[in-house]
Amino acid sequence: MPTNTTFTNLFGRSPFKPLQEHMLVVKECTREVPKIFEALCGGDTQKVKSIQARISELESKADAIKNDLRAHLPKSLFMPVDRRDLLEVLDLQDSLADTAEDIAELLVERSMEVHGSMKQPLISMVSRCVDACVQSARIIARLDELVETGFRGPESDAVLAMVDELNKIESDTDQMGIELSRSLFAQEDTMKPISVVLWYELIKMIGSLADDAEKIGNRLRLLLAQ
Amino acid sequence: MEIIQEFGTIFIVIAIVFGLYMTWGIGANDVANVMGTSVGSGAITVKTAIIIAAIFEFAGAAIAGGNVTKTIRKGIIDPTSIVNNPEILIFGMLAALLAAAVWLMIASTRGWPVSTTHSIVGAVVGFAIAGIGIEAVAWGKIGQIVASWIISPVLGGAVAFALMMSIRKLILNTDDPFAMAKKWGPFYVFLVGFIISLVTMFKGLKHLNLELSVPMSFLVAFIFGILMAIIGWWMIQRVEVDIDADKEFHFASVEKVFVPMMIFTACAMAFAHGSNDVANGVGPMAAVYGLVKSGGELSQSSPMPIWILMIGGVGIVVGLATYGYRVMRTIGTKITELTPTRGFCATMAAAAVVVLASRTGMPVSTTHIAVGAVIGVGFARGIGALDLRVIGSIVMSWIVTLPIGGALAAIFFFILRGIFT
Repeated sequence: MPTNTTFTNLFGRSPFKPLQEHMLVVKECTREVPKIFEALCGGDTQKVKSIQARISELESKADAIKNDLRAHLPKSLFMPVDRRDLLEVLDLQDSLADTAEDIAELLVERSMEVHGSMKQPLISMVSRCVDACVQSARIIARLDELVETGFRGPESDAVLAMVDELNKIESDTDQMGIELSRSLFAQEDTMKPISVVLWYELIKMIGSLADDAEKIGNRLRLLLAQ
Repeated sequence: MEIIQEFGTIFIVIAIVFGLYMTWGIGANDVANVMGTSVGSGAITVKTAIIIAAIFEFAGAAIAGGNVTKTIRKGIIDPTSIVNNPEILIFGMLAALLAAAVWLMIASTRGWPVSTTHSIVGAVVGFAIAGIGIEAVAWGKIGQIVASWIISPVLGGAVAFALMMSIRKLILNTDDPFAMAKKWGPFYVFLVGFIISLVTMFKGLKHLNLELSVPMSFLVAFIFGILMAIIGWWMIQRVEVDIDADKEFHFASVEKVFVPMMIFTACAMAFAHGSNDVANGVGPMAAVYGLVKSGGELSQSSPMPIWILMIGGVGIVVGLATYGYRVMRTIGTKITELTPTRGFCATMAAAAVVVLASRTGMPVSTTHIAVGAVIGVGFARGIGALDLRVIGSIVMSWIVTLPIGGALAAIFFFILRGIFT
């Protein structure tokens, strides 16, 4: 006799575990980004390549989790969180890994020289942006507790404080992005015009790591406000 | 009349065989669902679940199984037009029993979500239409029964929702959830003991020659609840904070407090199921026995002999031991989403509603109430994902089970009548 009864069929697969698992991989992926810039500043092209390979590997791992999660989210599922919100968070998480991959690919495909005066602000900005990613991962890790408490009470307050912190990190990165651009434009005359454009693009990509991380936090804030 | 005198013993033997078959099916499949919330939440092992089920299903059937049995035995059909041919009722009840058991077996092998209750109600109605006539069906009563199938899961959901909210308010959303869980835990155990025993005593124990006044019932239920709370308190005190697990999940220790509490709800649930669903198999058995004993006297109100309830209990336990444990094991591994707090809310709500329904004599579906209760917890944003397609399949099972159970019963009725007349 088959053992799937009315009762077992009632339970769908919870989306929260795979969502958190996805975020863990994405976090690992973004954590490689400061390392690749350090390798670039140190002029170690071999290392840049190997880190790019690792980022790419982590990105595909995240993709696999994402696709699997999407495949198991039929419309008939009733979840503590709206299905659209969940998919939105998943997409944002995914875009973090995508951005990391894009950055790494650009650094491998085109040799980007780093001006001495840019190194320091560059490394600071990158690591602050990754701080934002890590903070958003911390928030996603608290989803278990939020479901347990019904998105209310002290647990909800704690997560809201984490989102506030994330917002603060993101505005730090905005400021750092402006400073980095400034030091780029100060070097404008000594660089190839294409390099300037590409660096400007890179700065925007790095900044978008923090932007998307912040959006994850803001989505959570909306869920808690409901 | 002569037929009854001639074949009376044979009829009783057939009734017992069919009844055992039916209750075996209930034990093999239905009970696993009933214990599913407890096993699935990891509160008790499969082995413990089987022992609890064996004892409390039996107790539920013997202590509180009377009313639903009466409804199935006499409430669904109006036999006044066959006063002179009481053997028709015997054939009918045997046919209904066999039809329900066979249909349950077929549905179980296919994994279709059918209810034992709906099978037997459909079968009795089917026989009545085929064997006596459409006017013999007590349609008013059927209407009430069908309404109870809709109301009871909704009620189960509402109670589970309220329980979940109260646990959040009193325990989870406080500054020290673990201390609060230990403080309020015994109170919830008290509620389990109090409600189940109170509802059971309300106009329930006549067949045990035990009649209590309303204040007396309250007092006894209160004492029983306190007793349970003390045992619960003793068990809860031994739960300690698990620092490592709390790092992973902040409420791990709080959940652990609910594990011993779930043993009480598991017992309550098995008791509730015994009081409601055993009647599905026992009701027709009792009807046949009553008719044979009275020599075909329809109007006589024969008391429900306790040994018939016991046969029902035995059938369920055997079903559980031979097959049900396997279903339970799968359910246990599939429903990992249900943490002890949620499992507690769902099981307690379902048990309370089932006992309440069986007190009113309404044969409700325990599985559907359990499903309703779990959905109630889900509506309190408490469960990762619920597949609401199940509601559709439940409605489908109503639509399919009633006519098929009825048609099978009609066929078996004509066969049995052909053999004996």
